[in-house]
Amino acid sequence: MKISRVAELLGAKIRSCADKASSEVCSACGSDMMSDVLAFVKDQAVLLTGLVNPQVVRTAEMMDMRCIVFVRSKLPSDEMLALAEESGIVVMTTPLRMFEACGILYSGGLGKTENL
Amino acid sequence: MSEPLQFVFDVSGENFTSAGEASVTVKKNLRMLGFAPDIIRRVAIAMYEGEINMVIHAGGGVATVTVFPDRIEMVLDDRGPGIADIELAMREGFSTAPDNIRNLGFGAGMGLPNMKRNTDSMKIESELGKGTKITMTVNT
Repeated sequence: MKISRVAELLGAKIRSCADKASSEVCSACGSDMMSDVLAFVKDQAVLLTGLVNPQVVRTAEMMDMRCIVFVRSKLPSDEMLALAEESGIVVMTTPLRMFEACGILYSGGLGKTENL
Repeated sequence: MSEPLQFVFDVSGENFTSAGEASVTVKKNLRMLGFAPDIIRRVAIAMYEGEINMVIHAGGGVATVTVFPDRIEMVLDDRGPGIADIELAMREGFSTAPDNIRNLGFGAGMGLPNMKRNTDSMKIESELGKGTKITMTVNT
């Protein structure tokens, strides 16, 4: 699925690296706990989270993730967006809650994550 | 024989926001040196977890990354309070991180085990009141 399609399905606004929205992603993970993202994520390219601080962007970068979706209308700071731009990570924001956002992407065809 | 390539970072313990800067730099450098993505990711995760730990628990420290012909070695050296029970600290889910750190998405007690999982060797030397030195290697 293209990142632009992720944004479309979630009614999300893209806030960084819009030029990379045509990249393909095939799986996602939803978590507010970066410790768990670092410990359990394998090849999921999209991170859905309601946590807003610069370490979210750093965690995504460490895990080679391509896209961060902030749920529940959480707004990333300018500093976070600058970090994301630097790292080539597409950041988007959606008013949807975590459960709905994950469900919509899953039923929209974004692949299953591996069993943890 | 040339000297192995070495990167040394002063990890500031003053603010959590900047934690991870050393890991980002290491990741970029390893990418430029042409290492395989899975090697780079393992080094980056282990280093980032270690860096976060140094900031949370030890007020910062020094991170030294050395690129040997057959391995990448990371040494994280701090002057923090030390680890009272290393075996307990290695247990998944055990954490002494304060609530404000948990609110930032860390402190789930996964850091040290995750560092071990992503590296080929890991040695923890710690003395209470003196500090902790963690040496990790990833074979290349």
